[in-house]
Amino acid sequence: MSILVNEDTRVVVQGITGSEGSFHTRGMIEYGTKVAAGVTPGKGGQKFDGIDIFNTVEEAVTEKGANASAVFVPSPFAADAILEAADAGIKLIVCITEGIPTVDMVKVFEFLKDKKTRLIGPNCPGIISPGKCKVGIMPGFIHKEGSIGVVSRSGTLTYEAVYQLTNLGIGQSTCIGIGGDPVVGLRFTDLLELFQEDEQTEAVVLIGEIGGTAEEDAAELIKNKITKPVVSFIAGQTAPPGRRMGHAGAIISGGKGTAKEKIETLKKAGSVVCNNPSEIGIRVKEII
Amino acid sequence: MKIHEYQSKEILKKFGVLVPEGRVAFTPEEAENAALELKKGRYVVKAQIHAGGRGKGGGIRLVSNPQEVKDISGQMLGMKLVTAQTGSQGKIVKRILIEEGVDIEKELYLGIVLDRSESRYVLMASSEGGVEIEKIAAEFPEKIFKAYIDPMIGLASYQARNIGYLLGLEGKVLQKGVKFMLGLYDAFISCNCSLAEINPLVITSTGEVVALDTKINLDDNALFRHQDFMELRDIDEEEPLEVEASKYNLNYIKLDGTVGCMVNGAGLAMATMDLIKLAGAMPANFLDVGGGASVETVKNGFKIILSDKNVKGILINIFGGIVRCDRVAQGVMDAASDMNLKLPVVIRLEGTNKEQAEHLLKSSRFSFTVASNFQEAASKIVEIINREV
Repeated sequence: MSILVNEDTRVVVQGITGSEGSFHTRGMIEYGTKVAAGVTPGKGGQKFDGIDIFNTVEEAVTEKGANASAVFVPSPFAADAILEAADAGIKLIVCITEGIPTVDMVKVFEFLKDKKTRLIGPNCPGIISPGKCKVGIMPGFIHKEGSIGVVSRSGTLTYEAVYQLTNLGIGQSTCIGIGGDPVVGLRFTDLLELFQEDEQTEAVVLIGEIGGTAEEDAAELIKNKITKPVVSFIAGQTAPPGRRMGHAGAIISGGKGTAKEKIETLKKAGSVVCNNPSEIGIRVKEII
Repeated sequence: MKIHEYQSKEILKKFGVLVPEGRVAFTPEEAENAALELKKGRYVVKAQIHAGGRGKGGGIRLVSNPQEVKDISGQMLGMKLVTAQTGSQGKIVKRILIEEGVDIEKELYLGIVLDRSESRYVLMASSEGGVEIEKIAAEFPEKIFKAYIDPMIGLASYQARNIGYLLGLEGKVLQKGVKFMLGLYDAFISCNCSLAEINPLVITSTGEVVALDTKINLDDNALFRHQDFMELRDIDEEEPLEVEASKYNLNYIKLDGTVGCMVNGAGLAMATMDLIKLAGAMPANFLDVGGGASVETVKNGFKIILSDKNVKGILINIFGGIVRCDRVAQGVMDAASDMNLKLPVVIRLEGTNKEQAEHLLKSSRFSFTVASNFQEAASKIVEIINREV
């Protein structure tokens, strides 16, 4: 099974001719992802490594049957790219772009509310179902097909956790970076529910960080609804309050959103919380 | 981006939000002249720093004539202002705001922030103005009124009116309050703010609704739309090393420890800092070299870490995704050779182009300690530092 992406996923890359877009399109194809089309307005009719480029996402959907999109469009235009993909009927949009104005994302979030489209990101590494499909920028080779779901607000910290699992011989069902911005599409709670329903997934690794209440919301769900074990880690125990730690969303403000608070809430909800980020893999191994 | 109170008031004024008449001054003479231009009566002298809690630290003074404005300004300019938000090192006052005094009848609170669980902006109001809103929220949550704003509609008049009623406003004052709230929202959205706070919002004895103190933060990600806002930045208010880092698009935050770190990705950078602490030392900084880092940016990041004199050793932890490891290795070596590097460096590289990166490092003339995993990297740098002390 796995969640959200698999062998049937057909990706359209928005911004395929940009430097990051082209670099990671090759990475996705190399991994075995079916990249059905590319979109760069003004370059319709051209090809990128044999892939047809269209001016619009709609054409990519009707001509090539794209059902997922990877957005590499620069931040001033990225929100518009998400709207276009959703309007064209794309079911899953993965927005890699970082630095999108919050006011733009607030509108995008509202627009997507009554649509069937799911959004991952922005400012995220994407999603991978190892052995099946990768829509994003993560190094594919560190993954291994298996039974652990991984969900994280971070990019490279997710790779770190996955790599620990793989090195211990533990594979993953699907790994998702939900992004480090204050407004993101799918949240911890959405993904925990999907993992709960997924037959391939036996346990979940949840990697949070300071700021906001996404981890507290996840804890509430874990307590009430999730029966599969959840191993978690919260980054930012040494982070000072009031400072934005890289991610726009990673900031302790008004005494809220501290690592300590999140760790305690998750522990109370029954999650195994790692103090040491290098022990995520070992904790999972102990449980399964 | 943070801006000064007087700058935020100038912005709000353009959107029809009533603020006290005032002038900014950099010298006592300018302050006196500013007072002479203002209406006769009482004046308020306000230190302009990027931190709140100024009143308690002596950064806000009420005076009664232009000569006193000059005298007080003379004391305030150049003084080290320590408030609850500045930390013990305080901030040097370099600008002051001179304003006409306002007859306060009632103090209220008004703010617009993003509610992250709703992914909507929320207008918050309270009849308990002038105090810290976090305290009210914790002690009397029922005293905070909220209106969630539909981004496609904007703040609706009825929402502002309802908040006004909850605040106890009536008649003409209510109308003025509604106008104020709509203007504030307009300013917030048009300028792409990430925070707007009016605390206190005052009702004057003549029934005017005035923003007595204002705080506006601008969304860094939206500054490309507002080139004119760039001049509002006051780099005197920022940590010099962080300013330097921002020139190279690096995300750097100075901390108090001894282990400099360079990491790709904010989450991994925080986790690396946490691991350094667990290993028995403290991080000297947060540094995310981000996606698409070139040899040049990595090199600059390295230089910034080295300009912090507290740094005794450096930990580089790069997990390749967007960032290609060979680029990082090249940057590290170039910077090491430019700066005649003497400090110990532990490097952990993983991911895209790892082999090329390790090959580069091994062929360099510097002896970098290469670690094979996260834990080992942190333990090694802490061990090396402790050995040298």
